[in-house]
Amino acid sequence: MTRRRSPLAQLILARLREFWREPEAIFWVYGFPILLVVALGVAFRSKPVERINVDLVGALGSAVRSVSQILARASHPGDLEIRVRRCEEPICERRLRTGKTDLVLWVKAGPIYRYGYDRTRAEGRLARVVVHDVLQRAAGRADRGTVLPDREEQQPGGRYIDFLLPGLLGMSLMGGGLWGVGYVIVDIRIRKLLRRLLATPMRRSHFLAGIMISRLLFMVPELLLLLLFARLTFGVVVHGSLLALLLLILLGAFTFAGIGLLVASRARTMESVSGLMNLVMLPMWVLSGIFFTSDRFPDFMQPAIKVLPLTALIDAMRAVMLEGLGLATQLPQIGLLVGWSVVSFVLALKLFRWS
Amino acid sequence: MLAIDCRQLVKTYPARPPVEAVRGLDLQVQQGECFGLLGPNGAGKTTTIEILEGLLRPTSGAVQLLGRRWGGRNDLAIKQRIGISLQETRLPDKLSVMEILTLFRSFYRDGIEPEEVMRRVSLQDKARSWVVKLSGGQRQRLAVACALVGDPELLFLDEPTTGLDPTARRQLWDVIRSFRNQGRAVLLTTHYMDEAQRLCDRVAIVDQGRVIALGTPTKLIATLGGQEVIELELTGSAIQDDSPIVHGLSGLPGVHGVQREQARYALAVSDAHLVLPRLLEWLSGQGLVLGSLGTRHASLEDVFIQHAGRRLTEPADDA
Repeated sequence: MTRRRSPLAQLILARLREFWREPEAIFWVYGFPILLVVALGVAFRSKPVERINVDLVGALGSAVRSVSQILARASHPGDLEIRVRRCEEPICERRLRTGKTDLVLWVKAGPIYRYGYDRTRAEGRLARVVVHDVLQRAAGRADRGTVLPDREEQQPGGRYIDFLLPGLLGMSLMGGGLWGVGYVIVDIRIRKLLRRLLATPMRRSHFLAGIMISRLLFMVPELLLLLLFARLTFGVVVHGSLLALLLLILLGAFTFAGIGLLVASRARTMESVSGLMNLVMLPMWVLSGIFFTSDRFPDFMQPAIKVLPLTALIDAMRAVMLEGLGLATQLPQIGLLVGWSVVSFVLALKLFRWS
Repeated sequence: MLAIDCRQLVKTYPARPPVEAVRGLDLQVQQGECFGLLGPNGAGKTTTIEILEGLLRPTSGAVQLLGRRWGGRNDLAIKQRIGISLQETRLPDKLSVMEILTLFRSFYRDGIEPEEVMRRVSLQDKARSWVVKLSGGQRQRLAVACALVGDPELLFLDEPTTGLDPTARRQLWDVIRSFRNQGRAVLLTTHYMDEAQRLCDRVAIVDQGRVIALGTPTKLIATLGGQEVIELELTGSAIQDDSPIVHGLSGLPGVHGVQREQARYALAVSDAHLVLPRLLEWLSGQGLVLGSLGTRHASLEDVFIQHAGRRLTEPADDA
């Protein structure tokens, strides 16, 4: 009688339209991760130590004067500028304690040197070595053997931003999957729209597939945008295959959409679904190595951490993006993600509250 | 074949004590008939209609729609042939009328084009408007349009005009009438007596989960024994025992029935102008003082009062 459109396509289209017409949703999905990359990328940009602060303690005599001249004239060893400052002992110690100076140098006639620094700060230990070296050279110590000019390398891949980006991609996939699917389902249920749709001959599988597919359609451009942005602003490159990364992104989006479906399968109110979602996401935010490597947690926690889907996803994406490894090396992680999605889907379909 | 055939429907919600929402309800709706379920809030109308729509499972009883029972493979087949408007559905705010109708149309094998449905409910001008911009009446018409888009043989409308202004209600009545005039069946619930009286071919008055009266509005009103009602209120001395008064009023020639509610009496009469002089004479003879007096046409409300012993519009527990 009339041309008939595909119900699945219509359901997907409706979700996409609703999403595009919600400016706040656009910001949280597309704008927020980019802002996070900018903020963290700028804050943790890896710049080499450029300056060493040295505080000199000692009665103003020839020894102190000569040390101060030697250090001031030292021709930037290893591109380092040495800044010397004379001050009273208590003040110097306080400056050392608060990190305003890297090294305190006591000088007495002789000359007798004594170094004070914070062993836990890399800058302090560096200052100790450099200053000592400069003073000894000035005193006539010579290098043995022939030292050729340094060969310096600075390749993208080892910086914090390179490490961070896979973590942020994983975090977006988790948040997007859980919120995008969970929130939408509970909203449709609360509006009694689910009930209305069930009164039509719509197939339940179409309904669920529509929500999942529209979620994948939002996620992939979002993550590609994030990758492109990181490439243009911070020069972050993907060392492995882009296709492998894309497959991981799809698998991650699918897994977290499944978990979102599970979280929303019974919830009747926004409060209960929000609480459940935070309960699910919080451990992964902390443990799964978004901002720092999860190896920092004690060994006895590692088995539990490794089994989390976000850990598996981020580890696999880091392996592809940073180490250039292929998917074949990431089979345990991929298997884990597939397992999580299958279990979530099966459970969600069993538990789903349709009416 | 009946459009709806429902026998001994029972729905009990588990609770302490169990809530008996529907207690043995029978309904037969013919093709080409507009049938109204009339009753106060909490009478079990919505539970009944949702069981008929297949959204709720009855505790016991049998339901057949267009010759099929709910369950298994029949579900999709029945859903293809019925249209539904629920009491409250909030359609997506940021989809347009056209988009929503296209979505609903896609679920049905056969149906009406969205443009045609919009014309039927007079929403053509709003095709591109988002739901959030529609008035209450327009949203209600869109809800009915969603029910019509599958070109159903049977239409269920749960409180379709609640909260609408008189113009919007009349527009919706026109839509429902023209659907009925195509020879198709409509089942609607309402707690407006005038709506049931003007729109429905037959009415079942429902109270506390049972049908307490069934028939065409005209016949139901005729069972009162008169087409008109005289309402009067007595004041003055506290009336301890009113049975002599009820008895006396019933004995007046031309009075077919008396309903009492505290000091107010409603007399069902055929010709108010003939009864009134006798009534006034009798009252003064008894030394009774009138507080107020009025006459009106009998309505389904009087039928409800006669059967349920209270008013339809009385505030009741919400369903």
